Amino acid sequence: MTLLLSLLKAFAVGGLLCVIAQLLIDKTALTPARILVSYVVAGVLLTAVGLYGPLVDFAGCGATTPLTGFGYCLAEGVKKAIAEKGPIGILTGGLSGTAGGITAALTAGWLIAMIFPAKPKK
Amino acid sequence: MKREILSFPNAPGILAAASVVGKHESEGPLGALFDLHDSTDRFGKETWEQSESEMQRISFNLALTKANLREEELNCIFAGDLMNQCTASAYGLLDFDLPYFGLYGACSTAAEGLILASSMISTGLYDKASVTASSHNCTAERQFRSPIEYGGQRTPTSQWTVTGAATFLLSAGGGDAYLTQALPGRAVDYGITDLSNMGAAMAPAAIDTLTRFFRESGMTPSRFDLILTGDLGFEGYSIVLELMKKEGYDLSENYTDCGLLIYDRTVQDVHAGGSGCGCSAVVIASYLTDLFRKGEIRDVLFLGTGALMSPLTVRQGLSIPGIAHLVRITKERMF
Amino acid sequence: MNKRTYKDYASARAAKSDTPKNCLFAFLVGGGICAFAEAIKAGYLALGTEKETAAILVPCTLILLTAILTGLDLFDGIAKHAGAGTLVPITGFANAVVSPAMDSRKEGLVPGLGVRIFSVAGPVILYGTLASVLYGTVYCLCGAGGAI
Repeated sequence: MTLLLSLLKAFAVGGLLCVIAQLLIDKTALTPARILVSYVVAGVLLTAVGLYGPLVDFAGCGATTPLTGFGYCLAEGVKKAIAEKGPIGILTGGLSGTAGGITAALTAGWLIAMIFPAKPKK
Repeated sequence: MKREILSFPNAPGILAAASVVGKHESEGPLGALFDLHDSTDRFGKETWEQSESEMQRISFNLALTKANLREEELNCIFAGDLMNQCTASAYGLLDFDLPYFGLYGACSTAAEGLILASSMISTGLYDKASVTASSHNCTAERQFRSPIEYGGQRTPTSQWTVTGAATFLLSAGGGDAYLTQALPGRAVDYGITDLSNMGAAMAPAAIDTLTRFFRESGMTPSRFDLILTGDLGFEGYSIVLELMKKEGYDLSENYTDCGLLIYDRTVQDVHAGGSGCGCSAVVIASYLTDLFRKGEIRDVLFLGTGALMSPLTVRQGLSIPGIAHLVRITKERMF
Repeated sequence: MNKRTYKDYASARAAKSDTPKNCLFAFLVGGGICAFAEAIKAGYLALGTEKETAAILVPCTLILLTAILTGLDLFDGIAKHAGAGTLVPITGFANAVVSPAMDSRKEGLVPGLGVRIFSVAGPVILYGTLASVLYGTVYCLCGAGGAI
């Protein structure tokens, strides 16, 4: 039952974050790349002002899976590194917090590119 | 009034035309009219750029075969495409030992080439020349939009770049139809910046050329069996129809667009229709020359339409200029 | 018609995206991906994975799945309908890394693939990092654990 509830919460929050982006795509001239960048920066800023943390506690992967969650990891990484090592954490924290995702994407991207050729659009 | 319409004395005839297309085009309403298609869109080549070159090479060879001509009987090649530095043409026609002019008129290239080749032939400098134009959906996606496997959503006004190449062989000796008159286009920029609405960016150029033609010649649209723009798609087509009416020219009877003819928009997921150098080239080389050969049409205005931006100018926020070259094709010589 | 009025005329008459439908698809697919992520997180936790490790493994799993779907030429077909539903979750980021890499392999492993793999990931990482540096600086200046 708790699992079902957490799935529902993730679904609703994640879905809504996507709807906001869809409205931006349809109603403004923002390109997808700009939307991704905006979402990451928004994630950092929302975490900084203390709004995103509670959303992650509430929705779990519904808040961490969208790219705002990437921003959340950057901000949390910085906060943690500063707490552990002091101001040097400003430089080391962000990318350590997101190292897993970045490394996975680059590794998978490189491997897939070596294996598969691109096919024409349907 | 300054005379701008070129009336070709001893108008060159279209001796032969050959068209080569990809999968989508072969599945469209004109599919059966194209000479050759490859359902993989690859034409046996490693890269998409080479595939586009190969389409040009095949269309050139097919046209020669159809006309029963040898390569050395031609005086010159005029060719163009959408790639940076026009490489699809240069590499595609590398094998032929002929003088070569590489053209860039964006999607208006077929019309631009036909005008230039006709000028050379009608003045007697050349006897026979070829015009080739091509585009490939994958090379255009890569250069102007996003990677092939990128998952993006297209807007309803966006167009689908045609995978296709066509070659026209023009001869002073005549052919199935004649390139009688031409009106070179002017670059017209009405401030459209939306890369997904090329039809709207190019429509003012088509209107500019058409009104200049009707004004100078004194002819009316109803005189022609068909008025055909290159690749305005549904968006640009509707704008031309509406604004030409405001200018006092009713095109509703006989106007259509190659980008609307080549695909079935109700079934094929191409949004506003086809685009690209190959779009008008393959439609003129198949559908239109076919109608001339059957004698079903005798007098046609064809406007090759092009959008003259590059990915760089788009990133710098510049608006998209359009151009439209007009060619009048007739069943008989007129001058 | 002049330049000014034409631009307004063209954008006013342009066929519009079906926003309600697009939003519904974005909600269903985007929400579905997030719920799926939550489910695999529960799976990892049930296998005895530590919470912090699971938090890294979940996005990595989605990235891997996206990379494979992209490689098999399936992702763009889904994204065409899902729009922001596949763009906004980490799947959009993964596709934006994999697709230019696949596309540019023929231009060389360094100047082609090596450069273009960052075409979307680069700006995302750059501006995300800059924002985090800004946050860290403010955080330190305000005294760690202080105002923010």
